[in-house]
Amino acid sequence: MKTTNTAVREPLFHVVKRDAMPLWKSMLIRVIAVVAALLFCALLSVLLVHANPFEFIETMFKGSFGSSRRLWRFAKDAAVLLCISLAITPAFRMRFWNIGAEGQTLIGALSAVAVMIYLGDKVSNGVLLVLMFAASVTVGAIWGCIPAVFKAKWNTNETLFTLMMNYVATGLVAYFLLLWTPSGSSVLGELQVGHLPTVGHNYLLLILAVLVLTALLYIYLQYTKQGYEISVVGESENTARYIGINVNRVIIRTMLISGAICGVAGFLIVGALDHSIAETTVGGMGFTAIMVSWMAKFNPLVMIGTSAFVTFLEQGAAQVSTNFDIDSSFPSMVVGIVLFFIIGCEFFIGYKLKFRQTAKNGGES
Amino acid sequence: MEQFFSQFLDFALTAVSLGMTFLYGCTGEILTEKAGHLNLGIPGIMCMGGACGCLTLKLLNQSGLPPVLLVLLTLLASFIGGMLMGIIYSFLTVTLKANQNVTGLAMTIFGAGTTKFIMSGISSATEAFQNYLYAKNYFRFPFGGNTSALNYNGIMVFLAIAIALIAAFVLNKTRAGLHLRAVGENPATADAVGINVTRYKYVATCIGSGIAALGGLFYIMGWSGTCDAYKSIEQLGWISIALVIFTLWRPQISIIGSALFGLLYLAGTRIPTLLGIQFDMSVTKLLEILPYAVTIIVLIVTSVGKKKENQPPAALGLPYFREER
Repeated sequence: MKTTNTAVREPLFHVVKRDAMPLWKSMLIRVIAVVAALLFCALLSVLLVHANPFEFIETMFKGSFGSSRRLWRFAKDAAVLLCISLAITPAFRMRFWNIGAEGQTLIGALSAVAVMIYLGDKVSNGVLLVLMFAASVTVGAIWGCIPAVFKAKWNTNETLFTLMMNYVATGLVAYFLLLWTPSGSSVLGELQVGHLPTVGHNYLLLILAVLVLTALLYIYLQYTKQGYEISVVGESENTARYIGINVNRVIIRTMLISGAICGVAGFLIVGALDHSIAETTVGGMGFTAIMVSWMAKFNPLVMIGTSAFVTFLEQGAAQVSTNFDIDSSFPSMVVGIVLFFIIGCEFFIGYKLKFRQTAKNGGES
Repeated sequence: MEQFFSQFLDFALTAVSLGMTFLYGCTGEILTEKAGHLNLGIPGIMCMGGACGCLTLKLLNQSGLPPVLLVLLTLLASFIGGMLMGIIYSFLTVTLKANQNVTGLAMTIFGAGTTKFIMSGISSATEAFQNYLYAKNYFRFPFGGNTSALNYNGIMVFLAIAIALIAAFVLNKTRAGLHLRAVGENPATADAVGINVTRYKYVATCIGSGIAALGGLFYIMGWSGTCDAYKSIEQLGWISIALVIFTLWRPQISIIGSALFGLLYLAGTRIPTLLGIQFDMSVTKLLEILPYAVTIIVLIVTSVGKKKENQPPAALGLPYFREER
């Protein structure tokens, strides 16, 4: 698409696509972006609350790694976030923009709580846990599958469909909460049944479960035929059709898996952490998970790092807001700013700027 | 019977007025989507619009400006706040070709967080508690009867309708609108006929964001008039995005659509008292799902119908890189 009227006006630079960049170089760009973002946040905190920027950075680290209690909390939060990120990954690899992880996880958690309430005093704890797990996974899978069926059959826009399903799930939770709390308070206390056993530390089982899931998903996506099919559909649906992949089946199957893992996340949140449910149980993690998954280029193993990074940002910034007496909304500002930098820096990995060679003579192509 | 009518009128007017919040967001998002950009940052932008407006009011509190000027400056500040967010979004997605979904969600996280930061900062000043709310009557000059709902319908309601009509006119009847739609349908073709794709995308996104930002201001100053109003803007922003689908990317339909969504949104709390029926509390929670359920149904029906003019812009969500073939 070269302009034909030469010598009129060649722009100062134009954008060219880069060939594959060596890993160390792309990582360097990302690290620079993150450091620049943190410095920017530190500067912002100086301007807003006159805090010392070095103190800011130090507090960021102390917030996540300052004590063993904080470290465990950090690991727990990162694990939950990782689990939801894993869930959306198969769909995203297929370029199916599932932004409904929030709702899928919430509905999974709701199913687990429903089992706890209705069957809690009828069966033993072991059976109950199995039933909870089954309910969460099934309902999560169904919830994720509904938009997929419509996408496969009629090409219904999945981004908006899954987004709306989030609010339907939230509404259902609100409904059941009122049903289950006769006082009308909508606050469901901690239920005494259906707790996952503790191994070593309170959170250890959860963390291990998520790590196992990460490995499994990595193998599934990287080394199985189904995982390959997902990648092909993501690259080009036409190619997939041409080589004989049933695209509709892949879409539905992948969203079943995606929803099921969201269900697992819901089950873990209920069974291992909250033992209860509220409308805010997932608390926006379904959206944050998209960032985590995207930053890791949809690779489950890299996601361990990115989920830890985002959790570090949130908890560090939360610590900053307590220490410096800034409003509790500060973490989301920090996360937002850092994300802008990371999103922006991807451009310099994928493209490069080609500057005009000579100032006068615009003949260079 | 008379009481029923006055109650119904009150309900309808309140709902229509609330719907204008959606209308601002929806008109803004339609402009953006017509340029081929799915801006999921609209909820965050609407929050920021409210925050910028309130911050301005707070700063101008002691200035003694006439109300008209005060309102105009506030509107301007809110619009500019939204445009700044729009510039960040378009820089990342148009110039740097970033993924639109990811960028939009980051915008919402950032916008909602920053808004909470600003609003809690200006609300907690102890000497004059919540003193940006002093201006709310300027936004709703009571020109009607004594029905309380009439007071909600200040200038910003009419502004919303006017903006939607202008947007519809520009999109459908002007050359610029034609070019914009071409950019959203097929940017490569538009580029080939000499349309400056980048400029159209930037301008549409920034103006759209500015319009959406006014929705946040309207919700705080025009509709709610309370100091924690800003907390619900994000959720309303998502409904605005839903409304875009509901109205099939047509600003003129969105005027009616937004009123309908306002009714649906308030149905859960208002209908039981209106009809004198005592619903169980939990049922009202189910009624609150209605706007979303209706949107899903519309989404399905339009995609099943496959009518060409009811589809989203063909290049929606795809980055455009001139040298990619």
